[in-house]
Amino acid sequence: MSEEKIIICRCEDITLEEVREAIKNGFTTIEEIKRILRTGMGPCQGKSCGLLIAREISQITGTPIEEIELQNIRPPYGGILFKEILNNVGDKIEK
Amino acid sequence: MKNKASVVVIGGGVVGCSIAYNLAKKGITDVVLIEKSFLSSGATGRCGAGVRQQWGTKQNCLLARESIRIFENFKDILEINRDIELKQKGYLLLAYSENELKQFKKNIEIQHSLSIPSRLVTPQEAKEIVPGLNIDKLVGGAFCSTDGHANPFQVNIGYAEAAERLGVEINKFTEVKGIRVKNNSIIGVETNKGFIETSKVVDAAGGWSQQIAKWVGVELPIYSERHEILVTEPVKPMLDPMLMSFSFNIYCQQTPEGSFIMGYGPENEPPSYNMNSSWRFLETMAQKATFLLPSLKDIRIIRQWAGLYNMSPDKQPIVSKLNEVEGFYVACGFSGHGFMLAPAIGILMADIITESQLTYDVVLDIERFKRGEVIAEPSVV
Ligand SMILES: Cc1cc2nc3c(=O)[nH]c(=O)nc-3n(C[C@H](O)[C@H](O)[C@H](O)COP(=O)(O)OP(=O)(O)OC[C@H]3O[C@@H](n4cnc5c(N)ncnc54)[C@H](O)[C@@H]3O)c2cc1C
Repeated sequence: MSEEKIIICRCEDITLEEVREAIKNGFTTIEEIKRILRTGMGPCQGKSCGLLIAREISQITGTPIEEIELQNIRPPYGGILFKEILNNVGDKIEK
Repeated sequence: MKNKASVVVIGGGVVGCSIAYNLAKKGITDVVLIEKSFLSSGATGRCGAGVRQQWGTKQNCLLARESIRIFENFKDILEINRDIELKQKGYLLLAYSENELKQFKKNIEIQHSLSIPSRLVTPQEAKEIVPGLNIDKLVGGAFCSTDGHANPFQVNIGYAEAAERLGVEINKFTEVKGIRVKNNSIIGVETNKGFIETSKVVDAAGGWSQQIAKWVGVELPIYSERHEILVTEPVKPMLDPMLMSFSFNIYCQQTPEGSFIMGYGPENEPPSYNMNSSWRFLETMAQKATFLLPSLKDIRIIRQWAGLYNMSPDKQPIVSKLNEVEGFYVACGFSGHGFMLAPAIGILMADIITESQLTYDVVLDIERFKRGEVIAEPSVV
């Protein structure tokens, strides 16, 4: 399959071609590629694309894969509905 | 990395990159920019991405209006091929008391003197603009259709690319460790990758600006404060403008790709460099946001994070040379609205450094606090 058809980030529909292009343009960390392409910003939070992108960075830049930092994991861990939070604390607001 | 430059800019956020670009555009191409992490790793890449002209001081209105004009023509002006995702669907400011409405009226008068197309709206009109809005207790509002949203990463990188094209050297993952001064004049900058000889330094280090100024013995009248923010899963378009309420201290918008981004101004947040997320933020945010937009209840929050506001005494930026040290300049204290002002601030700082006539009629020098010429911005979250 050609690069432009291989989807690396399924949440945001980002292709292998786009990822390789970004790395070649000097965005050589997962955090930078996330910000420029939105990889890992979707509901799965990079759990599926993170390692794939790390491998691409490693191959193109020659950095050993162990040295490539994975993206920050940010809370909440797994999506949560606004109403699930309100179930805990109620919907009364202070102001 | 070069070991000599006309100007060294510290900070690769949107402000530092805009300054570097504008210096180069004015002919000072021998500029080195130093960023300790990646471009946009600071407040710029963590911000709410809102751009609005509905301010309460004339200078904020003017700088915001001029910046929006630049955002509107970003590709042409910078001669780059980068989409900054500008969305001009307005800002709707909500008033929950007569006093708040009075302030909006005052602000609108100032805005109209600068031809900013803002207007007062009734609660019913607000509901027409945002059909999902709960107008319970709402007294009125203000709306400006040319306010909106732009992508901070793309703007930040766009400035960096345009600056590099004009000859600026940008060093990511390089940290400034000290500044060398001799006879009250700058002579160079120490980084973890070597020394750069220079007679001019611009401190555009965002939430860390005050630490850098301390190296040259100057106490800036600013401090940093954590502000938290969250994003939801993308859903179908349902909110055109940025929604903002000063009494709820909240902003909320739906980005062009469908996620909601929202945050509020924390109460009793101590000055700090803390960028951790808190559970308490999710609770309060959920209460406030679902009061305004009840249909949010069934939408999923997928990520929260935090960044630093760099607060100045009058909630307006400090864009200035410092009299104490020859060759030291600061662009800091953006008080939560530095992204939307960055295009104009870059032009202003380039004017100051080249000792040209200021492009904009504003007073943002640091001496204003000593002179007592301060009109604080009333409309911030
Ligand atoms: C939650 C939140 C929401 C916001 N919402 C909005 C909004 O909707 N609209 C708006 O206009 N503004 C908003 N802001 C404010 C806006 O983000 C900032 O005012 C703006 O990004 C400031 O840009 P900057 O370039 O000055 O700072 P930054 O983007 O923080 O850049 C400073 C850079 O300096 C670097 N640095 C620091 N120390 C050193 C060192 N020693 N050596 C090398 N580099 C160094 C940092 O790594 C950083 O990248 C928000 C801010 C936050 C936190």
